[in-house]
Amino acid sequence: MSDTQNIERHIMSVLVDNEPGVLARVIGLFSGRGYNIESLTVAETQSDLGLSRISIVTSGTPMVIEQIKAQLARLVPIHSVRDLTENDVAIERELALVKIINSGEERIEALRIADTFRARTLDSTLNSFVFEVTGNSSKVDAFVDLMRSLGQVEVARTGVSAISRGNAIDLEAK
Amino acid sequence: MPKSAPTNDGSAGASNVDSAMEQEMMMPGAEVLLKALEDEGVEVIFGYPGGAVLPIYDALFKNNKIKHILVRHEQAAVHAAEGYARSTGKTGVVLVTSGPGATNAVTGLTDALMDSVPVICLTGQVPTHLIGNDAFQEADTTGITRACTKHNYLVKQGDKLQATVMEAFHVASTGRPGPVLIDLPKDILMKEAPYRGEVIRSVATARYQPAVKPDPAAISAAVDIMMRAERPIIYGGGGLINSGPRASELLTELTHMTGWPTTLTLMGLGALPASDKHFLGMLGMHGTYEANLAMHGCDVMLNMGARFDDRVTGLLSGFSPNSTKIHCDIDPSSVNKNVQVDLAVIGDATMILEAMIAELKKRSFQPHKASLDKWWAQIETWRKRDCLRFSQGGGIIKPQYAIKRLCEMTADKDVYVTTEVGQHQMWAAQYFDFQLPNRWMTSGGLGTMGYGLPAAMGVQVAHPEGVVIDIAGEASFMMNMQELSTLAQYNLPVKMFIINNEWMGMVRQWQELIHGGRYSESYSASLPDFVKLADTFGMTGLVAHEVGDLDGVITQMLDTPGPVIADIRVAKEENCFPMIPSGAAHNDMLLGPEDQAEKPVSEEGMVLV
Repeated sequence: MSDTQNIERHIMSVLVDNEPGVLARVIGLFSGRGYNIESLTVAETQSDLGLSRISIVTSGTPMVIEQIKAQLARLVPIHSVRDLTENDVAIERELALVKIINSGEERIEALRIADTFRARTLDSTLNSFVFEVTGNSSKVDAFVDLMRSLGQVEVARTGVSAISRGNAIDLEAK
Repeated sequence: MPKSAPTNDGSAGASNVDSAMEQEMMMPGAEVLLKALEDEGVEVIFGYPGGAVLPIYDALFKNNKIKHILVRHEQAAVHAAEGYARSTGKTGVVLVTSGPGATNAVTGLTDALMDSVPVICLTGQVPTHLIGNDAFQEADTTGITRACTKHNYLVKQGDKLQATVMEAFHVASTGRPGPVLIDLPKDILMKEAPYRGEVIRSVATARYQPAVKPDPAAISAAVDIMMRAERPIIYGGGGLINSGPRASELLTELTHMTGWPTTLTLMGLGALPASDKHFLGMLGMHGTYEANLAMHGCDVMLNMGARFDDRVTGLLSGFSPNSTKIHCDIDPSSVNKNVQVDLAVIGDATMILEAMIAELKKRSFQPHKASLDKWWAQIETWRKRDCLRFSQGGGIIKPQYAIKRLCEMTADKDVYVTTEVGQHQMWAAQYFDFQLPNRWMTSGGLGTMGYGLPAAMGVQVAHPEGVVIDIAGEASFMMNMQELSTLAQYNLPVKMFIINNEWMGMVRQWQELIHGGRYSESYSASLPDFVKLADTFGMTGLVAHEVGDLDGVITQMLDTPGPVIADIRVAKEENCFPMIPSGAAHNDMLLGPEDQAEKPVSEEGMVLV
């Protein structure tokens, strides 16, 4: 079928009715049809209209990416599907909370690196920190990797949230 | 078929607010449900009662507008609703209870989803306060059916009940049709709920508005390609049937004005009369030699409402390698799913065909006569291979002959045919000629054995005077033969024409071709005596042992009032040809037993189904 080369990473922004089961429909579609989910975030964004936004990072060949968009768009509670990777319009951010346990020179180095990454210190004990770091996924990856080399680490990440550049607004009037 | 789009601006609703308030009536949820069904024009429900749906059955008891057909298994209720829907173009309705009622319906729902059949399935549910407690006959019905419905609902508030039913019917029948399930907790059915009448329709149906009108630019681009075609083919599918009978008329018009050869998928049979000289027969795995080679060799392919299913395409890399492909489909997700096409036209088949014919006329379309003649001459040489030929001697009945005679002997009647799944299904598709749409009901996508008998039941309910024949295999027939009791109860005169070869024939055929003739578990042992079986249900049973019996049995079957089982004992080891073996392309067909040895199935093909 589709070639295994040309795997592309795409970020999709999906506006959905905030109703029971909508996330299950989206996830079920991905697992049922064998699509990848690299990350998925969801939260209500317009409570007055009962709308939530799901940001999905997925990967596949161009043919599969088109399929994912078409399959999503035909779900009844989905209002719009935007591929933010197209035309390079995506601004993506991810937040990670990183706890590190270490001491001595490594502890000082961790704090120094956190400063370089503009991470905030949310919690501290004599042998641990909790940092909050925000950025695109590769920046978060880099920060986490550095922390791992400096001590015992626990990570919680939000997954990617994304929005388009420019003055166009993706808002569905009901 | 899509209904006309409701006005979406909300103003119509707003001006009616006052009268809406006046019209609002409170009644038990079950009665709201039935009124909402009546509003949708529902005349028949196929169902089976149980604890959670007792309030609906109680309301049905008092209702004299909606007829209820009591099936003997919930799977059959869904297939019956499918038969009803496919033979009428209306939406079929199913009513089953919670838990096992709902889980038994799953096969039928999946079948309806795969074949795009509009069905509403109403399931009972335990009362809302017990949901999630593993209550008696509780199942997570919306969870289980999420993947096998177009959409589903769990109604948790009575005041959403009527709007939910409205949206459900709208979703089931609009765009690409499909099954929609509504899960109804028992307390919602018993408590008072508002009924507001038609005023809420525009709001209730507003959020699901798929595109049905084709883009004029796409039509124009399609016609550009068509104008240049030298070796064209029209490849029509089930979308033509779902669009309504007008689409079939327009397809016939398009075929005649272009003079192009036309082939139809299993789901599309009847969209062009089988007697039309432009018709090449069905294509695909068991399609005709001429249809498959014309698909392989064409330079322009006009796909009208078909989805490049794997039964049709065979090996994708060898599928129609040199053609410009135009894909007309109502579902954008069908485009470029299996086969990369050059142009997509999204919309309803009737509207696309109307626009396309108008555009061709506007541009005074003339086919390239010389090239088209040459193309037809080529097709005629393929036709001369007579790929569906078989030899019927005296004695044992050939299954192909049985179906051919059935077709010939019913040619003067308006016949509705359903089938089960397997060899007999493919022979029916090959040897039974369909002249009109909505006359052929078969399980295509899911391939559900046991489909034909309950589907025939639904067809007969919709067409009480029609001749309805279930062309069955003996193994498939036994998968839902409890429905004989339903036929008997309602005296539905379905004719069950069992092609009895004492094998799960298609399984046996694959074991012969691919698994070295090791016939593992494919023999139909301990079959009942079908004549006596008919007798126990008070219906007529007939048997044909040899070719001399056949015509007499068919005549008697057709002339006997009420349901009839005709047990047609046929040649046991007949295989279904032509056949594109799995993993092969259209130009690599097996035409008969003599080809089998020469073309072993590739290792790649072995893993395919």
